[in-house]
Amino acid sequence: MKPAPFDYLAATSAEEAIAALVQHGDEAKLLAGGQSLVPMLNLRLARPAVLVDINRAAELDYLRETDGRVHIGAIRRQAAVERWARERLPLLATALKHVGHLAIRNRGTVVGSVAHADPASELPALLLCLDGDVVARGPRGDRVIPAGALYRAPLTTSVAADELVTEARFTLPRPEAGWGFAEVARRHGDFALVGAAALLWLDGGGRVAGARLAFFGVGSTPTRGTAAETALTGQTPSTERIVAAARAAAAVLQPEGDLHASARYRQDVAAVLAERTLAEAWKRCRKTP
Amino acid sequence: MGAKLFGASVPRREDPRLLRGEGRFVDDIKLPGMLHAAFVRSPHAHATIAAIRTEAAAARPGVARVLTFADLERWMKPLPLFGAIPPGLAARVDVTMKQVAQLAMARDRVRHVGEIVAMVVAASRALAEDAAELVEVDYEPLPAVVDMLAGAEPGAPLIHSEWPDNVALRFKTGFGDAAGALKAADVRVHERFYVQRYVGMPMETRGVVAQWDARDGSLTTWNGTQVVHFVQQGLVAALGLPANKIRVIAPDVGGGFGTKATGYPEDLLVPAAAIVCRRPVKWTEDRREHMMAAAHARHQVHDIEIGARRDGTMLAVRDRICVDLGAYNSWGIVLPYNTVAHLLGPHRVPALDVECRAVVTNKTPNAPYRGAGRPETVYAMDRIVDCLARELRMDPAELRRRNYLSAADLPYELDIPYRDGNRLVYDSGDFRANLDAALDAIGYDHLRAEQAAARTERGILRGIGISGYVEGTAIGPYEGATVRMDATGRAVVATGACSQGQGHETSFAQVAADALGIPLDWVTVVGGDTAAIPFGIGTFASRSAVNAGSSILVAAGKVREKLAAAAAALLEAAPSDIEIDDGQAFVRGAPASSVSLERVVRSALPTFAKPGAVTADFEATVYHHQPTVTYTSAVHIAHVEVDAGTGAVRLLRYMVAHDCGRLINPMIVEGQIHGGVAQGIGGGLLEEMVYDEQGQLLTGTFMDYLVPTAMELPPIETVHLEYPSPRNPLGIKGIGEGGAISPPAAIANAVEDALASFGVRVTRAPLGPDTVRSLIVAARAKKGQP
Amino acid sequence: MTREIRLTVNGREHTARVEPRTSLADCLRDALDLTGTHVGCEHGVCGACTVLLDGEPVRSCLMLAIQAVGHGVTTVEGLAPHEGLSPLQQAFQDKHGLQCGYCTPGILLATHAFLREHPEPTHEEIREMLAGHLCRCTGYHFIVEAVEAAARAVVRPKPA
Repeated sequence: MKPAPFDYLAATSAEEAIAALVQHGDEAKLLAGGQSLVPMLNLRLARPAVLVDINRAAELDYLRETDGRVHIGAIRRQAAVERWARERLPLLATALKHVGHLAIRNRGTVVGSVAHADPASELPALLLCLDGDVVARGPRGDRVIPAGALYRAPLTTSVAADELVTEARFTLPRPEAGWGFAEVARRHGDFALVGAAALLWLDGGGRVAGARLAFFGVGSTPTRGTAAETALTGQTPSTERIVAAARAAAAVLQPEGDLHASARYRQDVAAVLAERTLAEAWKRCRKTP
Repeated sequence: MGAKLFGASVPRREDPRLLRGEGRFVDDIKLPGMLHAAFVRSPHAHATIAAIRTEAAAARPGVARVLTFADLERWMKPLPLFGAIPPGLAARVDVTMKQVAQLAMARDRVRHVGEIVAMVVAASRALAEDAAELVEVDYEPLPAVVDMLAGAEPGAPLIHSEWPDNVALRFKTGFGDAAGALKAADVRVHERFYVQRYVGMPMETRGVVAQWDARDGSLTTWNGTQVVHFVQQGLVAALGLPANKIRVIAPDVGGGFGTKATGYPEDLLVPAAAIVCRRPVKWTEDRREHMMAAAHARHQVHDIEIGARRDGTMLAVRDRICVDLGAYNSWGIVLPYNTVAHLLGPHRVPALDVECRAVVTNKTPNAPYRGAGRPETVYAMDRIVDCLARELRMDPAELRRRNYLSAADLPYELDIPYRDGNRLVYDSGDFRANLDAALDAIGYDHLRAEQAAARTERGILRGIGISGYVEGTAIGPYEGATVRMDATGRAVVATGACSQGQGHETSFAQVAADALGIPLDWVTVVGGDTAAIPFGIGTFASRSAVNAGSSILVAAGKVREKLAAAAAALLEAAPSDIEIDDGQAFVRGAPASSVSLERVVRSALPTFAKPGAVTADFEATVYHHQPTVTYTSAVHIAHVEVDAGTGAVRLLRYMVAHDCGRLINPMIVEGQIHGGVAQGIGGGLLEEMVYDEQGQLLTGTFMDYLVPTAMELPPIETVHLEYPSPRNPLGIKGIGEGGAISPPAAIANAVEDALASFGVRVTRAPLGPDTVRSLIVAARAKKGQP
Repeated sequence: MTREIRLTVNGREHTARVEPRTSLADCLRDALDLTGTHVGCEHGVCGACTVLLDGEPVRSCLMLAIQAVGHGVTTVEGLAPHEGLSPLQQAFQDKHGLQCGYCTPGILLATHAFLREHPEPTHEEIREMLAGHLCRCTGYHFIVEAVEAAARAVVRPKPA
């Protein structure tokens, strides 16, 4: 399975990459980690005339914590972010452990996965769950796209064809917040059939001060479980409330079926995983002083 | 014979080169001037070809030739067919069978996605693929037959127009009065079971390199095949050359499992291209091709019924079997009859009534894959046995205890023939003992107690599933060996068997070294080369250790006799007083008389002064006759945990208690069991080749065809029992396939057991989360629960 | 459209003529004659093609050869001493951690890097590492034992 021929440009800066995108339009594709793109090239499902490689744009290789958020540059590898996240953002570290296998994560990038927008992948859902956004840079300058406005359809975002996503930002959860993560996959490392990520934090009175729930594998984009978030906020958490909230969140989902799981399965199990991750988050947040 | 090495877990001699990355697989072979091939393959499941235009493709840079049927017509003889009905079988079972051979390249009709329509030969694989995209084929799609049951009905679209229907094979057989016994039974249980289409999927795809030497009109072809002599015979027939002008070599091969033991178009097309282009040609299959073009397997439906007394004594089994063959019936009687012959397995059942139909469909053709009909039939039998146990409210282990044959019952004859036409007689083993050993080793009673506690106390659903089989292994009729000693006492063992990871270079050397009386590393094993031995069959059907091993044993014994005669002349003793050990010959009781075998061999060579002491012939060729199979058996137990919320199944433990007779190399035997079990677990939980209603293959990459990883498999526990085979001089039995036979049944039984409180009945595989959850949901709905 | 690139493989400089689309795996195998790296799927799932890039396991079927310029590549040929087997390789032979050998080079390299980070791995950690490598022959059972044995044998692995 050899790719169709293409020209190749190794951009040494974001600017150079963007100029190539402008010049070649939809004949060009950006290459970062390549763990999603190169299989498509090999299968000839993608046939760009020009590949714009940004791996040598050193300015895009960074990870910075600023003002309660983590900024991850376009070519920072998933494995490197995972190592950072073990201490600083365990929800993200746990999600990353489910992304393929180590060799994939040694090349794959967080920004790449976020921008690739596979609805069954973990990181777009984490972007939603962690109040994330991306910076898209193009000939017209930089703009911030919040996670809620980023995902349009499978493999489709609101990033323009002449824009490069230079960084993804995630908000670090409050220290007292609990988190939960669960997915069902046929094998370890596979794309999820369905998954959920949750955050919960309580006020001084033990009521839910805030909640976040995000699903993946449940439709054409990652999806916030706002019905659950709303149902729980201001309430004292309980198992019954969490079950009801989870069901409410899953009820509005419109998943698609495929070879590995039917739509019915995804919807039903979304409720199960929402329940489990919210319960896990609740358990964790009670322990924090 | 000194049995120093027999039974020893000798480290493998093939390992150093493989570990150093110095193995030589087909794609590693590079020849000067070599070109690369890519195939144009049908995107339609069923279509006629109106026209093919190759001009645009041929004009691409780097393209040497674009070849269609018309270009290769002189070589387009039918591909080899297998599975002719042996006379002994035909005499006792009335089989209607049709086989129509495939042509290496489609002429005017394609019958499965992936069938070859044209071939591009170019300077690189990438350039060949660029050109292949430009070959224009005008297809006229035909309705596709995808479902085997629908395809068997009259009025279904015909895949082979010369046939009246799509039923390629039909037969009925049995013994006793099954109908009467079922009528009289206290309990009858009936169910329909589906075993899915799943495949061998070796990590190395197929590959062929061919080199034509115009100077002497000879062809050398390297082929990742399990059957070099079959490939050679196919080339003899197609190319019209004698066998001595065609050399087929299987180098290091990265897994076979049966997928590489069948005849393929590429075996012929690559050599034909080498002849046409007058340059060596290489074709390396890519994974996407492999999924659609390498042999598929399994895929059966069983409508099975069992009748028993209230105390669990089995009285009769009736089974209506349908086998999905894919587009061509290349393997004849093999898969359908294997299925029937192995149905009853270790159970004592006095009456049997089976009907079998094998149907062609517009899918990749099937060929035998590790187990070859046995996994499917064991699934049906072990599932219906568990359903019977449930009906009788009897523990499934107890039901089996009451019905399994034991050593006292053997030899035990079933009144149907074996596939080779000989009588079907279980020659050795103790299936009750296998069962007891497995139950004991896994701690069955403790697991049952723990299962109940886990469910009531923690809502955790665990299940235990048992499956047992009896397997005819090492089908003959021969696999020859030549043993030849050189001037230094080193020996070469040449055989038609070849290794795809089974360790023949080690285990066969063990047999030869012991039989000759020389150190292990004095023996070199050459397999998979038609130039090394003229007649051969190949490695499949768990046959090589028994067939080749026996030939090696006997041939080495003959060489030893010749050495003893020479040593006797040299040492002035009687041949019967000569001992040979560790490369030295000596007179028994007089170790000081010891001489090296080198000296013995040299003594047989004439010198100027005198003739040799004996003729310098230290070579022997034996084709040991193996008329029929010898029976391996095992019991597998799976211990699972099911997450009722997600339907996910986790395999906690897996136990195998097996008998494969004596063991040449216990470590290699264990490795074979592990590998077979892993493939079986894949079949039970993960693997399926899926087609849509138009015959499009939906599982085209490793993203969709799910091979188990180390995280989906537990450690595989094994208990060895040893009931030597009386049917070959080594006392061994075949073990290559057995591990793959029982896992889908054991896992299905375990999952049903775990979900017993819901009352599910498992009827299909693989048991992915959606399937399992659907069973729970359906069972709840039936009970009127949410 | 080919260009000449310089690659550092197993500590040595090599020159190769490649197209932009030539994968690192194909470049190693075809241009550099290092056929120990095997190709199993060309979509990054099977792991047979795994090499070390600056000491970290990557799928060489998903890297373009041109992307490896300026990095250090280690293949299975770089693990072996001039003759014989390294302690890691010896552990695999001792424990029968291979059968056909096709997936083995990728597993060896991944294990080499893994033991550097996990000198005393648990079975669970070993299986998680191995999950990135498909093997059809062994059922992984003896591979796990081989990695364990290698951990004991390879006391202080040198960084790549």
